[in-house]
Amino acid sequence: MNYNWDWGILFREPYFDWLLTGLGWTVMLSLCAWVIAFLLGSILGIMRTSTSGTLRFIGTTYVEIFRNIPLLVQLFLWFFVFPELLPEDAGRWVKREMPLPALSTAIFAIGLYTASRVCEQVRSGIEALGVGQRNAGRAIGLTEKQIYIYILLPNAYRIIIPPLTSEFLTIFKNSSLALTIGVVELTAMTRQIEEYTFQGFEAFTAATVIYSVVTFAVMFFMRLVEKGSRVPGMISVG
Amino acid sequence: MTDFDYGIIWNNLPFLLEGLQVTFLLTILSVVGGIILGTVLALVRIAKIPVASWFAAAYVNFFRSLPLILVIFWLYFLVPLLLGRPVGSFYSVLVAFVLFEAAYYSEIIRAGISSVRSGQIAAGRAIGLTYPQTMRYIVLPQAFKAMVPVLLTQAIILFQDTSLVYVVGLKDFLVSAELIANRDQRLVEMFVFVAIVYFSICFAGSLLARRLQKRLET
Repeated sequence: MNYNWDWGILFREPYFDWLLTGLGWTVMLSLCAWVIAFLLGSILGIMRTSTSGTLRFIGTTYVEIFRNIPLLVQLFLWFFVFPELLPEDAGRWVKREMPLPALSTAIFAIGLYTASRVCEQVRSGIEALGVGQRNAGRAIGLTEKQIYIYILLPNAYRIIIPPLTSEFLTIFKNSSLALTIGVVELTAMTRQIEEYTFQGFEAFTAATVIYSVVTFAVMFFMRLVEKGSRVPGMISVG
Repeated sequence: MTDFDYGIIWNNLPFLLEGLQVTFLLTILSVVGGIILGTVLALVRIAKIPVASWFAAAYVNFFRSLPLILVIFWLYFLVPLLLGRPVGSFYSVLVAFVLFEAAYYSEIIRAGISSVRSGQIAAGRAIGLTYPQTMRYIVLPQAFKAMVPVLLTQAIILFQDTSLVYVVGLKDFLVSAELIANRDQRLVEMFVFVAIVYFSICFAGSLLARRLQKRLET
């Protein structure tokens, strides 16, 4: 193997800055997409466990559609196809005038995709509680809405912390797909460093270390959170 | 929006099918390779061999912490360097998928092996089988039977993941469609068509997985 090592490249300008900026975009994208995934996923999870057949059907359809199309294809649909289907003015706004079009599209696409996965976790959390809690809520005169807000959701979230953590880490990893539509996040930055300097080994190692360290840090932190919020008598699902 | 032109799909069907073939070939080879390597990792991990088991666990956790695209880039860069000559992107991508998916398959297989009751191992040892023989003839056959639906689900995920070869330009189904889309300025038709094809295949696969799961439970 013929290769000129130069680990110093990672700490030289401008490459060190590139790595930091890339990590910044990756974290930003992941957090924003997570907010969408968590909120929408929770709503869908409520729909899928509700007593209304229509709501259950909508929730199920959403999950099946978003789970069975590759995320990359979804990203392309939102980026290239969606603006064409809108009225002309709106389409132009989405394509060009919207702030950071590629980044915003990536956030929405990844958020909507992950919502289908979060939905399934929320559903399994609520189902793990059994019908007893729901019936108890009804017996003391709570409305369906109150049952979800005060009883089912708080308990369900506490038992699905481990699978939710891994969904967040999935978003963190999937955020690298944004590079296909031109978002220069961490993976794209390392690829760029490779192309500029031909030091692929060093560049990819840097990205590898950063992804692993962040992943293990999140896992460590969430394990503490999980310990503190465990529901007595329930084993975590997932 | 311009009128939807079905002709563009029909006229380029042979080219698109060729791409779909690459997608399927890559999926099948990666599933087979991933299951073989994943089984080895799971067995090593469960056997509690001092250094090797730790290494298997580290391998799985390490690969599961990385984005697939990064692994694809790594191997696309490394394989030609290690071999000292350029190889087609198909092979470097295949290596990336096998290494990456093995980590996920290993976790599935480990769970499958753990679901076989420990009495089975004791029984195997009691009739004079060695530990490897017990695994080979008693535990693994039962474990794999119970795992079929989950393995299929993972294969569907892998099938979707193969679309990421886009980043190195390997002509799979998505890249073939994208080439036509850009050449003829028909992005809407091509990407909608691609989405429908992926959806149909994956939806059918997940229905099958669900049915197999039900049959196992009864």
